[in-house]
Amino acid sequence: MKQKLDRVAIAMRVTREFKDGDVVNLGVGMPTLCSSYLPQDRKVWLHAENGVLGYGPFADEGHQDPDLINASGQFVSPSPGISFFSSADAFNMIRGGHVDISVLGGFQVSEKGDLANWILPGRGSGNIGGAMELVTGAKKVIIAMEHTTKAGEPKLVAECAYPLTGKGCVDLIVTDLGVVEITEQGFLLLEIVHGFTPEEVQSVTGAPLAVSPDLREMEF
Amino acid sequence: MTAQRLDRETLALRVAREFEDGDVVNLGIGIPTLAANYIPEGRTVLFHTENGAVGFGPFPAEGEEDIHLTNAGGGFVTPLPGMSIFDSVEAFTIVRGGYLDITVLGAMQVSETGDLANWLRPGRVIGGIGGAMDIVAGATRVIAAMEHTDKQGNPKIVKRCTLPLTAVGCVDTIITDMAVIAVTSRGLVLLEHAPGLSPQEIQAATEATLIISPDLKEIEL
Amino acid sequence: MTTKAPKAPKGRSPGDKVYVTFAEAVADIPDGASILIGHFGGPGGMPMHLIRALRDHGSRDLTIIGNTAGIGVVFGAKREAVRIDPGILVANGQVSRVIASYPIAPGAPQPNPLEEGVKSGAIQLETNPQGILAERIRAGGAGIPAFWSPVGIGTVVEEGKEKRVIDGVEYILERAIRADFALVRAYKADKTGNLVYRGNTRHLNVSMATAAEVTIAEVDEIVEPGDLDPDRIVTPGIYVNRIVQRPKEMRGK
Repeated sequence: MKQKLDRVAIAMRVTREFKDGDVVNLGVGMPTLCSSYLPQDRKVWLHAENGVLGYGPFADEGHQDPDLINASGQFVSPSPGISFFSSADAFNMIRGGHVDISVLGGFQVSEKGDLANWILPGRGSGNIGGAMELVTGAKKVIIAMEHTTKAGEPKLVAECAYPLTGKGCVDLIVTDLGVVEITEQGFLLLEIVHGFTPEEVQSVTGAPLAVSPDLREMEF
Repeated sequence: MTAQRLDRETLALRVAREFEDGDVVNLGIGIPTLAANYIPEGRTVLFHTENGAVGFGPFPAEGEEDIHLTNAGGGFVTPLPGMSIFDSVEAFTIVRGGYLDITVLGAMQVSETGDLANWLRPGRVIGGIGGAMDIVAGATRVIAAMEHTDKQGNPKIVKRCTLPLTAVGCVDTIITDMAVIAVTSRGLVLLEHAPGLSPQEIQAATEATLIISPDLKEIEL
Repeated sequence: MTTKAPKAPKGRSPGDKVYVTFAEAVADIPDGASILIGHFGGPGGMPMHLIRALRDHGSRDLTIIGNTAGIGVVFGAKREAVRIDPGILVANGQVSRVIASYPIAPGAPQPNPLEEGVKSGAIQLETNPQGILAERIRAGGAGIPAFWSPVGIGTVVEEGKEKRVIDGVEYILERAIRADFALVRAYKADKTGNLVYRGNTRHLNVSMATAAEVTIAEVDEIVEPGDLDPDRIVTPGIYVNRIVQRPKEMRGK
């Protein structure tokens, strides 16, 4: 049987990219789920634009502290070594190159690594939030999103049709169908969800999708 | 009464009379630092220092010195209730952001248009700019407190500064051991004179032309 | 100041920030390195033991960046306490470039190594307004390459720099500073490198910690993660690569 990944499984796959000691910022939506599925064998420093570094998983009911939330407004828990600071300092960390990985959601990602994730079609406005700084300053940008829109349109495209968040900024895309790297040549399929074929993934991708010679089944 | 110049302590006393209740004040090294000891009674002055504190008190008593609490010149100061501590970036944010009411600095030369030279001594290749350029650019009011002439008797209040500038047109008031002078758009106005000194004697020690205020009075201490 | 600093010494895991000796902490500072050195107008907030270890290590052709290039014994603090400062690197012939605001005390004896070096051309000196020096370092750590400054218009500070009028006011373009190493002084660290400070010793230490490839902190005490109140942490540990604890008898000095 073949089944696309759910949001939790995508988040779990994303966390496998985190190395020991990495400073990681999790964007609104699916990326924040990563905080609850961090690898147990390494220390990852979760960073948020509202001025916290080293927070832990979502806080349980009854242990929720309104003074300890992530940038998406969710209650999170402290972990040893946590520190608090201002948003100005939080963005110094980002622009100054102190954040290793930014995980963001995406509306569209182009084969050149352009990212559109702030204005939805049909809406006149959107939220930039910390995303433009993050894609400029983070050493590695990972996009966690469904492979297609609800209507089935590809979200991995030749050119973004929506207003850009950043040009050529994306390094890796983790979707419900696979893991795609942005290379000089465009999209490269590294991993694929159990039961799907590269042809099937190509058919819902809006630009050529090269297949890695080391293509493997997605693990999380 | 014999004419005499003010000594350094008396000059500092006169400077301190410029401080209004609640003023945030930064004092430069030298004579300006002494002004901290002469705050007029009933006024609260919040002292600011470039290494990161506002609201500290004057020198500690012998044995009470804390190496972790000094002014920008490295002199020991004392904690006072309400004092706050921060880094230098914050200290200069306060300065450039317009929160510093008065700075008092020493000067090597002040020109008739308020140019200030106070960082590079004649004949030296190295001088310390320190916080002076930032502070005169940001402070609401700049007071130069200094001897009226240099050790050789040359005027320090000049038509044009010959020493490298700290800033152009920044000085509002000059307080010396001979006089109090306002820098105005018309030029330098002599407001107060030291006891027994005539305007002519002060002019003789000044290269720039002094305009004598119709309200000229003796320096009050 | 764009040279890449070497990685941590061999045999250390990347996450191990605690160094036992000052000598070990500075052992890989190469010739030609640029180094931010925290200090202000006295011994408070100065990483004296790291400075001394760097002198003993002996790397040369250094660029040192800080409020002074050694204020010597002139200002208020006690003499024995301020004998060690960046000036010992200059006196030892290790420095070829200085960026400072108050490079030398006006009453420093002549001849002195810094002034001689500048006169002979052996040392290149750049004197900055203090707040602009602080802001250049903050900008370096914050990933802002340059900024418009109102300080020093009509003075030597503006020489050779781009200028622009914004809303009728003239500004100078000031460039950010980043360095290979930062030597900073804090009160306590936890093992993840989080720092808290004592008294008004944060001055340039806080911004310097963010603006180097390798930041080395000299502290009175190293504690376990969780022992420092997160609300009181001033420098988050991600900025800090190495921490060294002073021997007991040297604490608070």
